[in-house]
Amino acid sequence: MVIKNNKNKEGLLREFSKGIFRQNPIFVSVLGLCPALAVTTSLENALGMGVAVSFVLVFSNSIISSMRNILPNKIRIPCFIVVIASFVTIVELLMAAFAPLLAKQLGIFVPLIVVNCIIMGRAEAFASRNSVLTSLFDGLGMGLGFTLAISCVALIRQVLGRCGILVMLLPPGALLTLGFLMGGLNLMKKEK
Amino acid sequence: MSFAAVLSIIVSMVFVNNFVLSKFLGLCPFLGVSKQTKIAAGMGIAVIFVMTLSTALTWLVYRFLLIPFNLMYLRTITFILVIATFVQFVEMVIAKKSPLIQRALGIYLPLITTNCAVLGVTVLNINSFFVNGRPVYASFMLSLLQSFFAGVGFALALILMSGIRERLELNNTPKSLRGIPVAFIIASLMSLAFMGFKGFVF
Repeated sequence: MVIKNNKNKEGLLREFSKGIFRQNPIFVSVLGLCPALAVTTSLENALGMGVAVSFVLVFSNSIISSMRNILPNKIRIPCFIVVIASFVTIVELLMAAFAPLLAKQLGIFVPLIVVNCIIMGRAEAFASRNSVLTSLFDGLGMGLGFTLAISCVALIRQVLGRCGILVMLLPPGALLTLGFLMGGLNLMKKEK
Repeated sequence: MSFAAVLSIIVSMVFVNNFVLSKFLGLCPFLGVSKQTKIAAGMGIAVIFVMTLSTALTWLVYRFLLIPFNLMYLRTITFILVIATFVQFVEMVIAKKSPLIQRALGIYLPLITTNCAVLGVTVLNINSFFVNGRPVYASFMLSLLQSFFAGVGFALALILMSGIRERLELNNTPKSLRGIPVAFIIASLMSLAFMGFKGFVF
């Protein structure tokens, strides 16, 4: 798969950028919320989670897309699950080896990347219908969008929490931040 | 297995460490199927059922398959496959045997496979009731208990939320907050209320 002309390049760029704003997994599609809320107590955790999810997303998207023509339609979902779960296991082992502190902080949410709806959603809606290269860029964009969104939530929570509003670091703070962020985005969209 | 230990698991799972409101597991169905109380109750029962039985299955698989062959690192991949297969199987059995249950629970079952609360509770059971690859005393019963009441806590939060959202439909919410954003804000207030149970841990 070689990028032949300029038009093709623009197409890839569009696939890449749509995950960041127009179809942001957290704020627009409202997918993958569980990790987004649970690990956003600090910016480091959020970034770690974002990188882990992006890694799984990019690889599972490209593998699934390369198998899209040989997978029987009826058992495609279990096949997706196996591919995704394999990459999650790789991330789990890598993280335990090279970033044990982060692995401990994220805890149960590392294996739970398997059931993150974004990854399954992209596999079903995009990777099973598009070429390997576009799926790879789609995965990159969605991963980046996810990372940006949860980092944004984490930043707000951490700053407010350190300023003395302790409840922001506790579970209610996560839900409150996300609720008002989404409301704010809706407001901005309407004004445009 | 003393009475105090059992009681502390129950209170912790239903109130103090409620899966939805303090651990953020299973948020997608929590927001997706909490518009009507009747539907929420159906989903709650389906989740309790699947959680308890898949815990039994994954516990057995972990204890008698993964530990003897030293394959503990395959935990995630095995568990998700066991859960997905089990849910599919239940769906088929129900469709064949009982149209009544099929009508009540049928539409919720496929949604449950990707419910992170189910995989979450199975992993949590392994984390809390196995020490260095050996099951603790009464590990199987404790796992079942923990997952059953985790399911009850999930159902409780879901039904409470649906009651609030039913009333909210009639209210005048600011336009930009309608739908999901206000649901998050309500969930946040509920979570704040559930934090009041923190002192219950004993």
